[in-house]
Amino acid sequence: MTTAVATSDRSRLLRRYLPAVAIFFGGLALWEAVVILFDIEGFLLPRPSEILTTFVDEAGTVVPAGWFTFREALAGFAVGSAAAIVVSLVTARWTLIREGLLPFAIAVNATPIIALAPIFNQWFSVTSIWSKASIVAVIVFFPVMINTTRGLSEVDPASLELLRSYAAKPTEVVRKVRIPNALPFMFSAMKVGTTLSVIAAIVSEYFGGSRKALGVYISQQAALLHLAEAWAAIVVASAMGIIFYASISLIERIVMPWHASIRATTD
Amino acid sequence: MTAAANAVAISSVDKVFDGKGSSRVEALRGIDLQIADGEFVSLIGPSGCGKSTLLRLIGDLLEPTAGTVEVYGKPAHQARLDRDYGMVFQHATLYDWRSITANVQLPLEVMGVDKGERARRAASMLDLVQLHEFGDHYPWQLSGGMQQRVAIARALSFEPRLLLMDEPFGALDEMTRERMQSEVLDVWRKTETTVVFVTHSIPEAVFLSSRVVVMSPRPGRIASVVDVDLSRPRTDDTREHPRFYEKLTEVREALRAVEAA
Repeated sequence: MTTAVATSDRSRLLRRYLPAVAIFFGGLALWEAVVILFDIEGFLLPRPSEILTTFVDEAGTVVPAGWFTFREALAGFAVGSAAAIVVSLVTARWTLIREGLLPFAIAVNATPIIALAPIFNQWFSVTSIWSKASIVAVIVFFPVMINTTRGLSEVDPASLELLRSYAAKPTEVVRKVRIPNALPFMFSAMKVGTTLSVIAAIVSEYFGGSRKALGVYISQQAALLHLAEAWAAIVVASAMGIIFYASISLIERIVMPWHASIRATTD
Repeated sequence: MTAAANAVAISSVDKVFDGKGSSRVEALRGIDLQIADGEFVSLIGPSGCGKSTLLRLIGDLLEPTAGTVEVYGKPAHQARLDRDYGMVFQHATLYDWRSITANVQLPLEVMGVDKGERARRAASMLDLVQLHEFGDHYPWQLSGGMQQRVAIARALSFEPRLLLMDEPFGALDEMTRERMQSEVLDVWRKTETTVVFVTHSIPEAVFLSSRVVVMSPRPGRIASVVDVDLSRPRTDDTREHPRFYEKLTEVREALRAVEAA
């Protein structure tokens, strides 16, 4: 019975991930072939194999640079998400504040906050991680706040009637119904937030930053037409984004096992 | 009927939902109804007759525009604070993040019942609705009928004196529905709770109730009350009894009179 389940799990995993893996390697092979066939200059578009060798050579530089930038993204993400959750919880209790704040938040969320990066570089020191982390925090704050607030307020009316019939206190309604209801909303915003925060950290480094930072490395290497080096750094950036996203997904599964199971049954 | 014997006493109740211009709705007008302790009463009528509104007025989920609602001699509001109500809705409204046992325990948690007692009561309630094996399951792993049984177990877990049910079997198939009706009668007999039951279904109302309250729409009023003097316990045989058909006809004609008016 358990082995049968295990095999069916394995075949399901295979079915699920095989297409992605095939497309990934297929794409790389195609890229390699196109560069060779059309004789594209290596400084314009390096071959994946060349990027790989450059990555191995430059690992001592790009990996620490990635770690530097990742810390900015992580710090900003943590501050932005935490602030967003606190604000959502506070405004869940006071509807009036929420009604006043939400349209404003949605408007700010629609503006390209990354455009503020040069300003933040002036406010904080250019080389400080906080000039980047604070941009990340602002970018992550709004989607997490908006979604968590939505999750706290969009509760099935019957659920609320039920708790009212138990003469439950408002704090109990928040704890027993609103917060669990908001978790899926919050996590999906945070997952989007992970990629946003890596993008925000790197792009804000393009406007200047520490020499140890990945974004600075990419923009300098690209300016020198060392594109293989730039691509090697982008590989690190993309790995950071994926690892960050996967970690939050993992936490989501641990915090809300029920949610993953429901999705599995409705798949 | 003495005042003390009344579980519910509704007198001269009106309910108007305020809105701008045409969205103002007069939901109920001049409702008078007494329900005795331990009675099983159904509210039936066409859509828009205000039967769910009346149920919510009894449960203090809504307040009447005029008139009074008393439950066990207290204002409905006080009865709610005293946790006299168990509610069951059309959809089970179980919480996905809680196991079946934890769902049944929810009202007990809110009411500050200690852990051991919560576990004991949840177990005995799940026994009552024959779901004791499913305590560790999660709501989505159960069928619609089973979920509704959990909702009933939850509503009864804190031993409320009054069970308010709003079309609880409306979303179930016919066979499951009949089985659930027998089960709810069984639960009612064992717990001696008073039940107010909203339904669209004539056979359901007749099979379950000691009295069927027939309501008319726009504005919602009580058109007539049909006494159902079928013997208890009622079983599947009751459904084939000639007297059952007579009562079906009586309720149906009362509803037709309402529609024609």
